[in-house]
Amino acid sequence: MLEVIQAGTLCSVQDLGRPGLRHLGIGPGGALDALALMVANRLVGNRLGAAGLEIPLGPLELRFGRDGSLALAGADFDATLDGMPVWPGWRTPVHAGQRLHLAAARFGQRAYLAVDGGIDVPLVLGARGTDLGAGFGGLQGRALRVGDRLPQGRPNPHWPRRGVKLPDWSPLLRALPGPDYPAFAANAQRRFWGEAWQVSADSDRVGYRLLGNTLHCELEHELPSHAVLPGVVQVPPSGQPIVLLADAPTTGGYPCLAVVIEADLWLLAQARPGARLGFVRCGLAEAAAARDAQARYLRQLEWGLYGR
Amino acid sequence: MPSSAIRLYTLGERAAVIASPPPVNVGCQRRIWWLAQRLASHAAVCELVPGMNNLTVLLDPAGPAPDAFLAELEALWQQAEAAQLPDTREISLPVIYGGADGPDLGEVARLAHLSPDEVIALHAGANYQVYFLGFRPGFAYLGGLPTRLSTPRRAEPRRTVPAGSVGIGGEQTGVYPLASPGGWQVIGRCTEPLFDATAEPPTRLRPGDTVRFVPVTEPCSR
Repeated sequence: MLEVIQAGTLCSVQDLGRPGLRHLGIGPGGALDALALMVANRLVGNRLGAAGLEIPLGPLELRFGRDGSLALAGADFDATLDGMPVWPGWRTPVHAGQRLHLAAARFGQRAYLAVDGGIDVPLVLGARGTDLGAGFGGLQGRALRVGDRLPQGRPNPHWPRRGVKLPDWSPLLRALPGPDYPAFAANAQRRFWGEAWQVSADSDRVGYRLLGNTLHCELEHELPSHAVLPGVVQVPPSGQPIVLLADAPTTGGYPCLAVVIEADLWLLAQARPGARLGFVRCGLAEAAAARDAQARYLRQLEWGLYGR
Repeated sequence: MPSSAIRLYTLGERAAVIASPPPVNVGCQRRIWWLAQRLASHAAVCELVPGMNNLTVLLDPAGPAPDAFLAELEALWQQAEAAQLPDTREISLPVIYGGADGPDLGEVARLAHLSPDEVIALHAGANYQVYFLGFRPGFAYLGGLPTRLSTPRRAEPRRTVPAGSVGIGGEQTGVYPLASPGGWQVIGRCTEPLFDATAEPPTRLRPGDTVRFVPVTEPCSR
């Protein structure tokens, strides 16, 4: 059991989401920086998709109910365990009664906490992650509150303190042209790839709103509703693009200018409001190569930690 | 339907899409249902997401690239027949129109050159068919909106639309089962829940169901 002493803001239980239910209107959800959650999970000996905590805003403080280990990955929140520093990308042994404190993000936007055994909330519609918009999954379908008790799964074998190299963040996101790309004027296309886009404060798990010059689409008709996916860059009539993320609706009707590749979605999850981002055009082969590179990183991590 | 009218395209790195251009019609949607049924057991397919006269096929990343899947999708579409879905029902949903529950009723009326009461009579007088579920959990896209009520989506989506809101977006109408962001014009509120994560199945409506809206006044003070 983990006791929530300070709850931060919009901290939620997340896993790798619930794919396969889009036909019921239920989106995939799951950790926005899935790579960080997977790394943290493997550090403490969990399977890649075990449930952990997504922490977008501190301060968060937890008291551990049993001995075990913890790992943080993603944003650096100046974390301490009973006052001693805990760095992202490290496995740290923890004893019952110790307190983990996460202050505020020094770099990046979201921290991920994995504890050995995972956060053992019930499966809802096939996953443990919280759907904050629809109010189910995770801990009672909501963000953490002071006084909450998070059930922790069965202990894993103990391993000593150990660190891994975390991937480097970059403000450049690779993207494929979207199906409605040709319907945008040539200068809108040029501006999308060529100019910097500022992350709006109005950005969350549903999507990131980007501020910059407006992009006009020449489509005469609204599009009949069609599936949208995390990474889709849609442009509503206001001309300000929105990059959809894990909690986005499953279908939409705005023109799709581009699609951020899956391997770069975590970069967006770690971009802070006010950050300036750029889009780099790429093709299907490059997207597949980027996915392979990420899989190779995880395999290397596995080899380094467990020799397999 | 001539194949030249069909649009086939990729969406990102692992989705292939087949889309029939407007106007939306139920005959086309029956062929979309057929296509989804046929592809459900396909080895390369992870997930099928029917839309309004379109189908998005999410492919296994280990399988074919989405551009390589388009030809197969088009060939199957040529064979597609109008599917009958099993276990469809007729469902009446109570709706409080206008006022605080339907802030855009006046705007819809103005754009349609009708009075608000005429909008209500038209909206509640029609039979709708569930084309597919999407957007948010349990949200049903309905075909059958009287053409006079077609209204463009709002220029900027609202950050939050209350649970139960009945909206019009373009040629479509539907009920938001949960409080969520939304770009549709809101004309009323349905007083029955359409989604429950703990129920089996979690969604009240199914593709193929026939829906009618029944105008009601506030049942009792809240």
